[in-house]
Amino acid sequence: MAQDNAVSPYAAEYEELCEQLPGQHLAWLQQIRGEAHQQFSQCGFPTLRDEEWRYTNVSPIEKKLFSAKPPLADADIQIGEYQLSDCWRIVLVDGYFNAALSDLSGLPESVAVMSMAEALDKHDDTIKAHLGQAVSDQEHGLVAFNTSRFGDGLFIQIPAGQALDKPIQLINVMSQTDHLAHTRNLVILEAQAEAQIIETAIGDNNAYLSAAVSEVFVGENAALEWFKLQADSEKAYHFSGTYVKQSTYSRFKHHNFSFGGLLARNDIHCDIQKAAECELNGLFLAQKRQHIDNHTRINHCEPHGISREQYKGVLNQRARGVFQGRVIVAEDAQKTDSEMNNRNLLLSDDAEIDTKPQLEIYADDVKCAHGVTVGQLDEQSVFYLKSRCIDEASARNMLTFAFANEMVTKIAHQGLHDLLLSLVLERFPQTDVSAEWL
Amino acid sequence: MLNINNLHAGVEGKQILKGLNLQINPGEVHAIMGPNGAGKSTLSHVLSGKSGYEITQGSVSYQGRDLLDMEPEDRAREGVFLAFQYPVEIPGVSNIYLLKAALNAIRKHHGLNEVDAMDFLALVKDKVKLLQMDEKFLYRAVNEGFSGGEKKRNEILQAAVLEPKLCILDETDSGLDIDALKIVADGVNSLRSQDRSFLMITHYQRLLDYIKPDFVHVLADGKIVKSGGPELALELEAKGYSWVEGQAA
Repeated sequence: MAQDNAVSPYAAEYEELCEQLPGQHLAWLQQIRGEAHQQFSQCGFPTLRDEEWRYTNVSPIEKKLFSAKPPLADADIQIGEYQLSDCWRIVLVDGYFNAALSDLSGLPESVAVMSMAEALDKHDDTIKAHLGQAVSDQEHGLVAFNTSRFGDGLFIQIPAGQALDKPIQLINVMSQTDHLAHTRNLVILEAQAEAQIIETAIGDNNAYLSAAVSEVFVGENAALEWFKLQADSEKAYHFSGTYVKQSTYSRFKHHNFSFGGLLARNDIHCDIQKAAECELNGLFLAQKRQHIDNHTRINHCEPHGISREQYKGVLNQRARGVFQGRVIVAEDAQKTDSEMNNRNLLLSDDAEIDTKPQLEIYADDVKCAHGVTVGQLDEQSVFYLKSRCIDEASARNMLTFAFANEMVTKIAHQGLHDLLLSLVLERFPQTDVSAEWL
Repeated sequence: MLNINNLHAGVEGKQILKGLNLQINPGEVHAIMGPNGAGKSTLSHVLSGKSGYEITQGSVSYQGRDLLDMEPEDRAREGVFLAFQYPVEIPGVSNIYLLKAALNAIRKHHGLNEVDAMDFLALVKDKVKLLQMDEKFLYRAVNEGFSGGEKKRNEILQAAVLEPKLCILDETDSGLDIDALKIVADGVNSLRSQDRSFLMITHYQRLLDYIKPDFVHVLADGKIVKSGGPELALELEAKGYSWVEGQAA
């Protein structure tokens, strides 16, 4: 995928940058980084000519250059309401692990939860065995970019049979203007392990670029539930790829709440083996000139897999949304059971959604369904509420809130549920209502 | 209370109501019966203010005001309640939330303060008991996943909380088994009072065994062709609608 324009300006700074990256003592990592850099130098960032990126223009991050700055020693970091109680917590500030804000006390000893930089010292064999196994650097330029220069990140390894009784919250908070963070996360659940992860992306109200990659391995009969809350600054660029390998009988649920960013792109790809279950839920709310792109792929590699996907979008003003839901059923993946649904609400004439469900079925005994809707509010429902004394504007607002809230109600964790509810309410306020009634 | 005078209405150029007259006084219970296509649902929609209907002639006055000139929400706030034939499912809005928002909209309309949260809860729970519903219904999304009978019961629950002056029941008995019908009817009967009126629109006589009307009207081809007491419903049941349709022609 050679690019005819010049090499990305980001490639030029690599030599200088790579000296300071964690894991410099690991020759194998040096080699992987070097190859990834080669790859990135050749292909650059994705362009509108790439089928998987045709609705999302990445070029602004090359017009406006971001750079990885060192951590600020005296930064006054506000996490506030985003810090959830009853969670273990890892906080990355500008992409660097911040011990003072993190809290891993009481974590079972057998469980490894630490920053990626620390893990490169302590668990380098495990990282070597997994890095690049859930996603290849050929996937697209942002993956190669991340591999070549990832700094810190989250490392989790949960041994066989271990179930965590509270979630691990990863908070990525960005504080510096024009800063670039490229975090790399590696999450490994061994057989029969169970965990919940709450990934939270926030930042001060300025421009920054976050380009993260997560590789996730869910072992045989293991269960992982992953919540992502992206509430970045409305000037920020957010790129995030979550690449999941699911073993036989494993269960993976992902809940993707995307509210922030000037430009946000989430890639969530799951390769699922025999009788594994995969559930992808998403809610994206965009306004002003925000652009939010969710790109999902579920690859049924073996028989009896079950996948469920539901994404909802609400777009207002001049916002633009993209949903791509690709389900691939391999020739061997008989008895696959797959449903995908994407519903979008356009609240203004200038809002836009490009939605593209894609089923690629190579097996002949499968049950696959998909549905997409793009529309305005249901006028029957508006009339019903008006006939119950609610004025027109409130009725529309109530229905929009309700449309979004359906995804929030799926969240069982009380603290996260309440936080999400308050963020949705900020966007679609409901007057005089106790939260417990919503 | 309600005075319908020579009402002509249609949809997309097709005349459906063709000169309907009806007067309802406070405390009266009227039943309108009629065959399919007679205009029963159109009447309930026009009275509640659903858009898409064209009023070509006639008038409707409600408590001395021109009802047709009022927005649907203002009609509701002034005490006109329509129990829908097909109640709408609203995922994401809980029953109790809608009830409180509606009740407060009425109170605000009449210059009253918002209802106290504890008082409201007590009131609602009382009405839930009246309709033999599980309290869990309050916290479920409006009508979502409800059975046909539960939806109809939920409509009456709303009426019980909002205490309308004129209650229009549009085919409230259809889709109900006999036990559910009795519960709904008990709920309606408990709402009867000397200043609350009812307009029951129904295809079947069965409902009138449980909610005794003061007057029965037969609607055919957009007009009331016969009016009488409760005995008219029985006669209709025995003779069938062809009997009155013959008279309309």
